[in-house]
Parts: sequence; C-alpha cells; structure tokens
Amino acid sequence: MPVESQRSDGRLVMSADDVRRAITRIAHEIVERNHGVDDVVLVGLQRGGVWIAEQLSDALAAIEKPVPCGAVDVSLYRDDVGLRPIVPGRVTDMPFALDGSTVVLVDDVLFTGRTVRAALDALNDHGRPRAVQLAVMVDRGHRELPIRPDFVGKNLPTSRDENVAVDADGVVIT
Amino acid sequence: MKHLLDIDSLKADDIHHLMALTDHMVEVNQRPIPKVPALRGKTVVSIFFEDSTRTRTSFDTAARRLSADVMNFAVSSSSVNKGESLRDTIETVSAMGVDAFVIRHGSSGAAQQITQWTNASVVNAGDGWHQHPTQALLDCYTIRTHLNRREGFDGLRIAIVGDIKHSRVARSDIQAFTRLGALVTVVAPPTLLPPSMDGWPVEVSHDLDAIVPEVDVLYLLRMQRERMTDALVPSLREYTSLYGLTPARARTLSPHALVMHPGPMNRGVEMAVDPSELPGSVIIHQVTNGVAVRMAVLFELLGSGSGLKAEET
Repeated sequence: MPVESQRSDGRLVMSADDVRRAITRIAHEIVERNHGVDDVVLVGLQRGGVWIAEQLSDALAAIEKPVPCGAVDVSLYRDDVGLRPIVPGRVTDMPFALDGSTVVLVDDVLFTGRTVRAALDALNDHGRPRAVQLAVMVDRGHRELPIRPDFVGKNLPTSRDENVAVDADGVVIT
Repeated sequence: MKHLLDIDSLKADDIHHLMALTDHMVEVNQRPIPKVPALRGKTVVSIFFEDSTRTRTSFDTAARRLSADVMNFAVSSSSVNKGESLRDTIETVSAMGVDAFVIRHGSSGAAQQITQWTNASVVNAGDGWHQHPTQALLDCYTIRTHLNRREGFDGLRIAIVGDIKHSRVARSDIQAFTRLGALVTVVAPPTLLPPSMDGWPVEVSHDLDAIVPEVDVLYLLRMQRERMTDALVPSLREYTSLYGLTPARARTLSPHALVMHPGPMNRGVEMAVDPSELPGSVIIHQVTNGVAVRMAVLFELLGSGSGLKAEET
C-alpha cells in the first residue's frame, strides 16, 4: 500500500519502495505481453522517462535478458513548439535500429498525451517499429488525445492544476 | 532572442545555450531521416548581396531540416538591378509573410538596419567587415567538441592569423572566443591589422613561428586576393613564407592542436600544406557543424519560445 504522508510541501503518494516494486512489476508485464523480450527495445522520453527506462532495462536483464535502451527528445516534434522552451542537453540517443522491433516508450507521467504523440512522430524518423507500447509510472488522466498506456505504475486521479513529480525517491503531488 | 546581428550582444550564457541546442541538431543530422517538424509553416528568406557557397547553402539546409519553407532571393535577377532600394526590397519581401531574413551585405550594419523595416527576425550572415556571428558560433562549437571544452574555453590559447583588418570572421571570432574565456593572439603584418587595436581583448604578434608551437587552436583566415591590388603585402609568396601554414610550421604544432579555416581556402597561400594530411585539421567539421549551429539559431529565433514559462506535460 502506498504511504500517504506529508513530504516537504507536497503529498507523497508512492514511496521509493513503491516505485521500485512498480518497475519490477512492469518489467514482468512487458515480458508476459511480448512472450519474452526478443526484439523489445526500451526508449525513455527525455528527460523524466530516461532513468525509469534504465531501471526497467536492469529489471528485464535480471528476469530475462538485456534489451537495448535508448532515449528520445521530443522538443522538436511538439505541437506547441514556440510555446515552451526546449531543455538543452537532453539529446536523443538511439544507438540501435527500430525497424521490426517492439518499442516500449517509457515516461514518468502521462497527462495530456501530447508528449507521447510527439514521441510517436519522433520514432517514425528513426525507423518503423513492429509495434509501440507505452509504459508510465503515473497515469494522472486529463487526456487530450486518444492515447492510452499499456503498462502503468499507478493510476492517480488529479486535478489539472496539481503538479506530479516522479523520481526514484517516490511520487509527490503538489 | 529576436535577431542575431553580432556576437557582442550575446552573453557567455547565451553562447552556451546555443551550443547546447546545437547538440540536439547534430543528433538530428545523424539520423537516417535528418528532418524534424519544428519550424513547419515558418518562412525563411535568404538575401545575399555578396557571393557565398557555404554560408548560403548551410542556412538553406538548416532551414529545410527544420521543415521551414525557404524562399531564395537571387539579387542578380531581382528588381535590385532596376534600382530598387534595400528598404523597398525588404519591405516588399516582408509583405509576402516572412518569419526570418538571412542577409549578407557588403555594408557594415546592413543587418541591423533592416530590423527597422520588418517585423521578421533577422540573421546576419555577414555584413561588410563588421560581423559574421554564425561563423563564430560554429567555430566555438567545433572547438568545444574537438577539444572537449563543454564548460568554456578558460585558458585555451587561440591564434588568429592573417587579414584581420578586412575580416568580419576575425571580429566575430575574437569576441566569441574571448567571451568564453580563451586567450586570443592575432598574428598579421601591420598592414593587415586595423589602424587601432585599442579595446580589442587580444595580444598582437608578427612572429608566427614563435606562436605556432604554443597554441591549442591555429585559426587561419583567408588571404583576400581581391585586396591584393591595395599592395598590403609585397607578394603572396612573401605572405606565405611569413604568415602561411607551411609544412615546416605544421611540424611544430602541438599534437592536440586544431587547425581551422573559415573557407574558401587559398591553397598554397595561407594554407601551404594539404589540410587532409594535418591530423589537427577540423576544417571539414566546421562546415558540418555550420548546418547544426544555424539550425540552432533559426530554432532559437523562430521556434524555441525561450523566455516563456514551461508548462507541465
């Protein structure tokens, strides 16, 4: 059960252990869904998804075998280019071909779905995956596009003006 | 940032920001499909009143890789030949709906001037002897990558050799390199230096042999042959023997030193060795990085929305 408590100025909704267990569970679900991890590659979204993808990669290596793990930066693909600043230094790093692979996109928080839409466009420019699946640590709702996650750490009802922060120490709502 | 007119108006942080943005663009350029939709629907017009191969094609390529529309304005076949003024030309093209002008002009300050006549962003692609800021940025990026100086150029020794007086590249480079912390020495005959070097943050030398072994970067400028009529140097051969990179001088370069040149090269004049045989030559990388740097500049001016507050995903 998640530990509900006050931490700094926010509400802790997942502890560090909860996050760790969720990653292990998602790793098992990825193996189950894909009948193994042949052709599976992990792609973390810059920048919140990258560390989760790396930990998923470690977990998959422990239960099946190592899979390639990359990172994608979607700032040049967003539909709101010009409305938000790009974060320099979070560069796409995809040292493998995507053609024919099953890509598991990994992000920390799924909100409007626009980042994922941009990521799908970005993947297109790197090749043609056989399938794309989506793993997120937190699904907080408020989708603006027909996008749903395949693997979820925690479904977390939020209001639009709340902020959800995810890191290895846990998940905090402010 | 609305315009890029000179290096002087950039702070060190601005240069670092553009360098970091360039990292993204370099990655885009390495992909099988080197094109992103970032500037879809934006129109970039390049107007070159002076000849250019690399700068013009570099800007065009940069704009296209960001999915901007590129309008090419050939001055030689335009109404400029019928006596249309620069102002009328800019206002006319501007009225067609333009988001950015990339302009090269023989007069110093031309880029600054046209910002008064249009609401579009203006990128200076070279104005007279004044400035060539994207060249300086791509030079910084090349040094940053090849000498692994992501944090800045503190203590880096750079020599800029040749026709400083007529060189907009030198003016931009000196400002950019020193702003990032480098120690710059200019090496040139007195006739190819500006009348006064007061206020330039550089050392001046006339002895290339003493400088070459000391530097981390040897930056050769193009000997502008079209200026040879002014009798600024006795002969090209004498220039080469005193200020050219000869095989004998190349052997005294330190092993890690970079050799750079903004192009086009005069082989046998300032470059008296085959650059492909110089291990430190990064001249071709300068050209490659030029596209990425210009993508970063266009994106910064037209698409980044920098200065606005980030909202949550």
